[in-house]
Amino acid sequence: MSLYGTDLLALLPELIIVVTACLVLALDPITPASRRDLLAWLSVGALALCLGLTGWQISVLNVRVSAFSDLVVIDAYARFWKILLYGVTGVIILLSLPYLKAERIHLGEYYGFILLALSGMMVMVSGADLLTIYLGTELMSISLYVLTGFNRSKPRSLEASAKYFVLGAFSSGILLYGISLLYGMAGSTKLASIAVAIGTRGADDPLLLIATILVAVGFGFKLAAVPFHMWTPDVYQGAPTSVTAFMAVAAKAASFAAFIRVFVEGLGGLKADWSLLFLLISVVTLVLGNIVAIVQTNIKRMLAYSSIAHAGYLLIGVVTFSGAAVAYYLVAYLLMTLLCFAVLVVVGNSGGSDQIEDFAGLAKRSPFLAFAMLIGMISLAGVPFTAGFLGKFFIFDAAIRQHQTMLVVIGVITVGCGFYYYLKVVRAMYWLTPPADSQPVPLSALSRLTMTLLIAAIFVLGVYPQPILNALDQPAARATISMFR
Amino acid sequence: MEQVFFFYFAFVIAAASVLVVAVRNPIYSAVALLIMFFHVAGLYVTLHAEFLAAVQIIVYAGAILVLYLFVVMLLNLRQDDRYHRQWPMAAAVGLTLVIEAVILTAMKGWTTPVIAAGTETTVGGTGNTEAIGDVLYSTYLFPFEVASLILLVAMIGAIILAKKDLGEPTEL
Repeated sequence: MSLYGTDLLALLPELIIVVTACLVLALDPITPASRRDLLAWLSVGALALCLGLTGWQISVLNVRVSAFSDLVVIDAYARFWKILLYGVTGVIILLSLPYLKAERIHLGEYYGFILLALSGMMVMVSGADLLTIYLGTELMSISLYVLTGFNRSKPRSLEASAKYFVLGAFSSGILLYGISLLYGMAGSTKLASIAVAIGTRGADDPLLLIATILVAVGFGFKLAAVPFHMWTPDVYQGAPTSVTAFMAVAAKAASFAAFIRVFVEGLGGLKADWSLLFLLISVVTLVLGNIVAIVQTNIKRMLAYSSIAHAGYLLIGVVTFSGAAVAYYLVAYLLMTLLCFAVLVVVGNSGGSDQIEDFAGLAKRSPFLAFAMLIGMISLAGVPFTAGFLGKFFIFDAAIRQHQTMLVVIGVITVGCGFYYYLKVVRAMYWLTPPADSQPVPLSALSRLTMTLLIAAIFVLGVYPQPILNALDQPAARATISMFR
Repeated sequence: MEQVFFFYFAFVIAAASVLVVAVRNPIYSAVALLIMFFHVAGLYVTLHAEFLAAVQIIVYAGAILVLYLFVVMLLNLRQDDRYHRQWPMAAAVGLTLVIEAVILTAMKGWTTPVIAAGTETTVGGTGNTEAIGDVLYSTYLFPFEVASLILLVAMIGAIILAKKDLGEPTEL
């Protein structure tokens, strides 16, 4: 114990999350069904504690700390993502509460698994070694497979879970194959040692290229980039809506954070090679994601394709080596996607399905919900004064600076597609007449508060992006990001 | 002496592998597979990888094969003739591999195996099981603990997905 005292202290947030998860799982059987809300509040409390702890670390001493023989690193980059992940998870838990009750799947295990998935994400974003990053990814993915199938009475949910599991296991295998080739080449799985080995071996080693491609495929699956996106629409549609939100937001952010760390800190020496690879992937992702989204009639499927499309914009940021733009875009994406899912959870609950036509005349039934959805949609589309607009602006700005004109042209055209399918929902809400027997959608005060905060955050970040841009621009964070510029 | 053991293990592994796919009764196939696993473990022992040998027997022979046998017996598969009319395919694949081997040896020529110098993993006079245990609980403690969490998630997850009644609230 004394041997690892300082290491454990550095990992205190992870420990708190894991202990809370186990506590929730242990308390669940002795909690009467009517009082399961307490488990949700316990989880939110733990998240708040971690938020305070990590926030305190950032404000007091934001230095790079390595723990457990350099397998884990807690730096400004990791802390930034952890703060985001706590916030997102907290919001998801609050949204899940009424949803799970209405779906009659209000079980304590749900919160336990959300927290365990979160701990996996935290390991991912602070992994300094491919081994830790891989294990974090697996911890996150396996928790998500279970959460996807959580609505056990619905065959669609179980089918999504099985599909996600099989494809996920396959992609993990490919990722591991890439990692094992890198290990064979460098003699170590540490990102720093791999960077050194690439320096001595030169970038045109075929083994290295194969390993890079395999690792890119493995991560491409987690990011839902085309052509590794096949699972996304089915899984997003089949999973319980609150879990879909968690996947679309938290899992995506953590995967991007780990992906960027691996490719910058570990494979930074091969930048010339992988940037071409991701250039191609981002173009295909943008075109396919945006075009297929147009014909979707189910809003969850549409949001799935929208999430694929946004991975494409994020990859433009990766190709143009602009860390701050990617970070800002991800934050904006998290906020607006979370807002859309927040509305979807409430509306889907009362209506029982999630087709776009179910939103017909929502503005007359529940003006606030329609307004929240409107803000989420126009921000996803990229209307000025919302966070979504500035996110795209920074990404395209970075692309122009790198003279990637072709990417910008494709990006702008696909944004046009985006306007069409996002505003289709807005049209349904504001212009179509509601069905005759429709009633206002019941909305709890808590959900209303959450949505108001998300709307406020979208507008504040849309005109004042400095906090996010500066968060990664501190001296300690620059170590990672400078290689990226 | 070492060579005698190597050739014994290699021969039995090859013969048992052929039996696995050649016999018609799936139970006999599984037993042949078991024999093969044991001899692969023996091969590991001659390479001084005792830990790997033990894991091979415990995991493959002990767990995975027993699972196979359970499935075979539960499904009551006495005989399955579907996979026994594939001689043309097997011959084609086998021929390709033989040609490939001949070309490779013709290109590279026969060389005597290089005996690696001083790579035996004895750390401080301990065997390799101790050495693995040592790094697992010191250098790799963190990944080890994360792996244990993964097992916890898998275990509880399987229960959640498979159990009949989890006590879901029946009414709102």
